[in-house]
Amino acid sequence: MKRFALLTLTLMLALPLSATSVEANDKRIKAGFIYVGPVGDAGWTYSHDQARKEMEALPFVEPSTYIESVPEGAESARVITGLVRKGHNLVFTTSFGYMDATLDVAKRNKDVVFMHCSGYKTAENVGNYFGRMYEPRYLTGIVAGKMTKANRIGYVAAFPIPEVIRGINAFTLGVRSVNPKAEVRVVWTQTWFDPGIERDAADSLLDVGADVLTMHQDAPATLQAAEARGAYVIGYNTDMRSFAPNAFLTAPVWNWGPLYSRIARDVQDGTWKPESIWWGMQQDLVRLAPLNDKIPAEVKLLVEEKTEAIKAGKLHPFAGPIKDQNGETQIAAGVIPTDGDLLSMSFFVEGVQGTIPK
Amino acid sequence: MKLISEKRELTSRLFRISAPLISILVALFVAGFLLMAAGVNPLLAYLEIFRESLGSVYGLSETLVKTTPLIFASLGVSLAFRMQIWNIGAEGQIYMGACGATAVALFSGIENHSLMITAMFLAAFLFGGLWGGVAGVLRARWQVNEVIVTLLMNYIAILGVDYLIYGPWKDPKGFNFPLTAQFSEAARLSEYFDTRFHSGFFLALFCALLMYLFMERTVWGYEIKVIGSNPKAARYAGMRTGLAIFAVLFLSGAVAGIAGFSEVAGLQHRLQHGLSPGYGYTAIIIAWLAKRSAFGVVIVSFLMGVLLVGGDSLQLSWQLPIAFVYAFQGLILFFLLASDFFIHNRLRLIRGGQHA
Repeated sequence: MKRFALLTLTLMLALPLSATSVEANDKRIKAGFIYVGPVGDAGWTYSHDQARKEMEALPFVEPSTYIESVPEGAESARVITGLVRKGHNLVFTTSFGYMDATLDVAKRNKDVVFMHCSGYKTAENVGNYFGRMYEPRYLTGIVAGKMTKANRIGYVAAFPIPEVIRGINAFTLGVRSVNPKAEVRVVWTQTWFDPGIERDAADSLLDVGADVLTMHQDAPATLQAAEARGAYVIGYNTDMRSFAPNAFLTAPVWNWGPLYSRIARDVQDGTWKPESIWWGMQQDLVRLAPLNDKIPAEVKLLVEEKTEAIKAGKLHPFAGPIKDQNGETQIAAGVIPTDGDLLSMSFFVEGVQGTIPK
Repeated sequence: MKLISEKRELTSRLFRISAPLISILVALFVAGFLLMAAGVNPLLAYLEIFRESLGSVYGLSETLVKTTPLIFASLGVSLAFRMQIWNIGAEGQIYMGACGATAVALFSGIENHSLMITAMFLAAFLFGGLWGGVAGVLRARWQVNEVIVTLLMNYIAILGVDYLIYGPWKDPKGFNFPLTAQFSEAARLSEYFDTRFHSGFFLALFCALLMYLFMERTVWGYEIKVIGSNPKAARYAGMRTGLAIFAVLFLSGAVAGIAGFSEVAGLQHRLQHGLSPGYGYTAIIIAWLAKRSAFGVVIVSFLMGVLLVGGDSLQLSWQLPIAFVYAFQGLILFFLLASDFFIHNRLRLIRGGQHA
């Protein structure tokens, strides 16, 4: 009932606005996307590409362009400029390593709007956006903590940057909230997308006795490793159950569609401004993929309960007290860390087995 | 009947010049079928590649930006190749050069622009040189194969840079992201025409000229060639081959290291992961195709720049998948290397199966 009321309210607010604005101007949106992996990665890049297609359904959006497997760093500036020169007026750069290049190109092209994913800089015509993936990560931790028998969970992780560290911590906090004896072992791969390396890392975790795996990678290799060895696995990015029909438990997944459509609409009607957008489960930017039937009913119920608590703002995975690996208190009791603290997180919580390069 | 290959005794000058051109045409012809299969008109696609990389001030500037590190790295590699020393480590030497330049940029506190740039340049030269020099010492004193040493030292250099940017050199204001702080204005090369084209390119041309003079007009250059083609004779003639091996690997690494300087000071303005997308490896192909000649290196690097920059347009204009771009670039390289083979060898059919 409450949700219905909310929906009506949103519609009432949104409809007249968009109706007037479409009449008010005939600006067309031609969007370009820079991807770090191939669109067929079934993960991160695929999730952005789905949203791109969703955005194209808007009446004022022209067919968009994407460029895949663009190297991060200075190299990307040329590709971003290429999109601008082809007449794109809204450019999404969807990996952290494009941050400097995005700002650099934006400085020279003031009439184009740039949105950079997962960074921290803004400029006159550059905004950034990301999702509170730590929320569903925490929930998948609960599932893993309940399903492990060995009390050893493996985590295949890309780079030791705050985004990944935050995910590992939220997951581990979820694990330990239901199973204080379990530990989470981390292996770094130093790559976002390399199915071979990801598979090796996953196998090494299975070799040391992990019976539940999860990962922060773009390929589904970890899922395939778990499926082959009869372990459980929690995916990431998209609902990857088809890669591991028996092993798959659930996955924290991206739903960029609504955000991309909103940005396109804002740019179209001239209300866009440079801001840092960080949406969570409440705005449905991040979700939990449907739970596998192998998960007992009471665990499902618990996860549902916690999901509602997070959406309602009653549960924050990083609410203090939180101790780091050395047992020192990092977040005091009763404190909820600021977004700045979360964005720059560089310690592992208690229960993580692994090191962050210093 | 069987097919054999044999060395050509004489290769006409005309054939040597025309073979690479013919091979590019053949490659374009074969890739044309791929393009047609993907539903793209090959002629339009090729036109677009050239328009994108050469058809405007911007396109040309980007091609030259791409050419710059390739020239440095290829000059370094070809210097060693001249002496039949196989330096496969230009990639690592680029990283070490960048590392040296960054150390100066971040910690020297120099405010004068020319002084800062000179110091960065020298640091890159020294770091790259020492990195190559390690393989030189090992080879000269203990006959350790330099191919293996230089190749493996690439991984050490790249991981070493990772260590620095994840640890001690991390930007304190960078939200713990693995990047160094951005360089001050004093530590940046000049840019021109409101593009990313920077003075590193002129330095690269100057370097190529120096390399030419060194190889063709000095006793050292002559010694390098003699030692390369006939080490025994060189020893009889009293040349100190051990010292020469070290010196050449040092210099080879140092020149490749300048690429690292030029990339961080001219383009990236900070040190970060993925500094070089494999320039050090591309340099090996370039040095080979350019026949180890300094001017050849400049020309082939430029062509490679066209190919790399133009490759983007295949994605941009026709939404061809990245795999297609890789296949296209691979085809061109394949045919270029094949032309190199045919310049020095020819195929012959032998009837009757008798042994030659």
